[in-house]
Amino acid sequence: MGPFPLTRLLDKSAIVFLVLLAVFAFAIPTLNLLVPAGSSLHVSTYLVALFGKYICYAMLALSIDLIWGYAGILSLGHGAFFALGGYAMGMYLMRQIGTRGVYANPILPDFMVFLNWQELPFYWHGFNHFAYAALMILLVPGLLAFVFGWFAFRSRVTGVYLSIITQAMTYALMLGFFRNNFGFGGNNGLTDFKDILGFNVQAEGTRNGLLVISCIALALSFLMCRAIVTSKFGKVLIAIRDAEARTRFLGYRVEAYKLFVFTLSACMAGVAGALYVPQVGIINPSEFAPGNSIEAVIWVAVGGRGTLTGAVLGAFVVNYAKTFFTTGWLAPYWLFVLGGLFIAVTLLLPRGIIGTLQHWHERHIEKKIMAVPVSAPTAAE
Amino acid sequence: MPEAGRIAPPPPSFTRPPGRNEMRSLYERILALVFALGLLLAGQAIARAGAYEDALAGFTTDSFSDTADAVDALVSTGDPRTGPLLEALKDQRLLYSAETLKVFIKDPSDKLTDAATGEAVALPPTDIDNVRLNNRVRGLLDAALGSLTLMVTEPGRRFDAAQAVFKSRDSGALANIDKALEKETDPRVKKALMEARAAIVLYSADSNAEEKIAAIAVIRDRGDQDALGLIDGLPPDLPSTVKQAATAASAKIQSNLAFWSALQNAWYGLSLGSVLLLAAIGLAITFGVMGIINMAHGEMVMLGAYTTFVVQELIRAHNPALFDYSLVIAVPLAFIVAGSVGIAIERSIICFLYGRPLETLLATWGLSLILQQAVRTIFGPTNKEVGNPSWMSGAFDLGGITITYNRLWIICFALAVFVALLGMLRFTRLGLEMRAVTQNRSMAAAMGIRTARIDALTFGLGSGIAGIAGVALSQIDNVSPNLGQGYIIDSFMVVVFGGVGNLWGTLVGAFTLGIANKFLEPYAGAVLGKIAILVLIILFIQKRPRGMFALKGRAVEA
Repeated sequence: MGPFPLTRLLDKSAIVFLVLLAVFAFAIPTLNLLVPAGSSLHVSTYLVALFGKYICYAMLALSIDLIWGYAGILSLGHGAFFALGGYAMGMYLMRQIGTRGVYANPILPDFMVFLNWQELPFYWHGFNHFAYAALMILLVPGLLAFVFGWFAFRSRVTGVYLSIITQAMTYALMLGFFRNNFGFGGNNGLTDFKDILGFNVQAEGTRNGLLVISCIALALSFLMCRAIVTSKFGKVLIAIRDAEARTRFLGYRVEAYKLFVFTLSACMAGVAGALYVPQVGIINPSEFAPGNSIEAVIWVAVGGRGTLTGAVLGAFVVNYAKTFFTTGWLAPYWLFVLGGLFIAVTLLLPRGIIGTLQHWHERHIEKKIMAVPVSAPTAAE
Repeated sequence: MPEAGRIAPPPPSFTRPPGRNEMRSLYERILALVFALGLLLAGQAIARAGAYEDALAGFTTDSFSDTADAVDALVSTGDPRTGPLLEALKDQRLLYSAETLKVFIKDPSDKLTDAATGEAVALPPTDIDNVRLNNRVRGLLDAALGSLTLMVTEPGRRFDAAQAVFKSRDSGALANIDKALEKETDPRVKKALMEARAAIVLYSADSNAEEKIAAIAVIRDRGDQDALGLIDGLPPDLPSTVKQAATAASAKIQSNLAFWSALQNAWYGLSLGSVLLLAAIGLAITFGVMGIINMAHGEMVMLGAYTTFVVQELIRAHNPALFDYSLVIAVPLAFIVAGSVGIAIERSIICFLYGRPLETLLATWGLSLILQQAVRTIFGPTNKEVGNPSWMSGAFDLGGITITYNRLWIICFALAVFVALLGMLRFTRLGLEMRAVTQNRSMAAAMGIRTARIDALTFGLGSGIAGIAGVALSQIDNVSPNLGQGYIIDSFMVVVFGGVGNLWGTLVGAFTLGIANKFLEPYAGAVLGKIAILVLIILFIQKRPRGMFALKGRAVEA
């Protein structure tokens, strides 16, 4: 372990990851905007939006990995935080439409006019300011996670029980958001966005900009997670994951640790959702579906639970496979593949891709050490 | 024949009063059957010669008011031919010829008979045409037919007729009602006749205040929605004593109705509870007893429902007479299908994941996706039609609530499955071994129990029961690949709420949640009620993390 915080924060794989991400964030917009459309190197705007979506999914996976991989909290309701962040962003975008909606009402979004509402519900006030919306993107998922976690961790609901009640939470939210009188557009959700901060959301430049911003957000989240898991705080989290009761007996306030990391993770998921919405152009209650949350968990499992880079890789790999399967004649088989993936990963690859590679690497080093017994014992980690 | 099962006519032994919603059609069907016999048996009429033939002339003028007068005149003749004639008129089978002033009845095989003479007509007049009806004549007809049926032998039919008069309040039926009341011995029919009489008196201009107050008392004692409508619909220009009586009666009926609606809610709650119990009881074995998180549990229910579908398809294709037994055949088959799939799952996936509950959760979720997609590929994504056998369709009234047979059977079935499972765990060798393995695995193994085999069988049992649940749920829910998904969260809630590892907890949990849900629904709406229940459970788990009936002592650690 290095003496400086920075070297501890940025080990070899973290640096490789950040460099790759930077290259990605630079290359995609360049290939999209500067390379002419006819060239084989050109990246279509469709792909830009698709990659932007993947980056947001990767952030969601990262937030799940932080709590599942390092604190042992398997949340099956993280899609709810993602969707809440998305709705907060969607509300801002709805207010930006102004008179350009179908009913041209300067205050009320179209669906409210359609439902004959006379005035804006109080919880929609303030969303015309971006700063307020940005605050809500962090606050709403964070607050829900705090309250939920406070109740759950205080009464020591752990393991599968926690998983099931988080699933019930996102299910309940889904049922609620499907209702028209909740004031979030019911079934159809929020869509038909025009501007974000004055830029047209459909424009190529905006899409590339959003992609770059998403990459930056992902990099910052990654660094934050690295900082947490490599700190003393992170060691306690791992202790909680591996032996919760023992950690408690050693004098650590397990609930407080869990609550902090759970809330932080929910905020991260909220930001991911907020970046996701302008890039896909819609947010609706199906984002709360329990299936979505559990699918996000499998991204982490595929990439490698407890390896932050693995979560990102898993989100990319699984979603690329999903895009590949669901856009062609293979579409009916996607659920077989996804289902098979769940089973195969848990049975055959419990460490995930990155985890297995790391494991091999460590074994390789161990063998080397065994083979050359002269080397100093300090070489081992 | 997609609807064969659902609209099958009631069996001949069906003597109970039918549900209110289907009374109308039943009533009409019965009328058609009874007229020939019924009116002869009534035998009250002293027919005035020629009156019947005279009245027929009213049908030949093509005027609604003449037709109405003719109907009245026919009823007052008391002639036994009136019934079939009015029936024909109602079915648009009554024809007339304005030139010859004759009226004809067309029977269903299009043969014409002269209504006056009863002779077959070979060569009908050229200007023959249907006697037309409007709503006024139709109403008159219904009332006339109703009052004619008051005298038939079958009490159920007399009851229906009295009910029809109660609704029509046709003052012309008063004489018939009084006549029928003198002879009536069946107390239930007598009550219905009294009510019908009261309804007529209440709205009649000829009756005085005392008669009306007495009528209000009779109607108040009836106490249902129709009675309330009758009393609230009274015209405002009544004597104040009548008005007071009406207001008091209205309040009385309303409190009576509130009581019955609470009972109806409780019944719906029991019904929902039984559905939850069926869905959760298999989970109580796999999750509660074995501690396996089986997210594919709902798909076992779905497999059971599809087994029922296949059984019914085969029966329809090869031996339709067996249709009423289709569910009886499907239950063991569903148990075998879902149970063997369960055993296969346990042997191929879950047995490698013992002690890793979160991984089990993910793997079984993946499995549920595969099973859903497999069923979708084989049977298609649309809902499949699963019919109700005749003994499960229909409904009856109990006091002020309507009870449908399929819900009643499902409650009985859920309880029977529960008792059978309890007995199996308690009294059979397999049950003993199952309990031994879950309580202390290594000790059980040391006593010579093959624990791996017991694990597989226990999981198979839980899955098989889910399959049985699917047979029952196919009767009330859409049979589609998504059938199971709708139950999985609810089932987990029931098991967690009731207390893991405790079958009684599952029973109490299912019925508590079912009834709480149905009592919240009228206030909060269906969706908000469900959300409220979920939030309450989440809060409840905070308070009692191990459910209502938590295991104590060493078993907790197992």
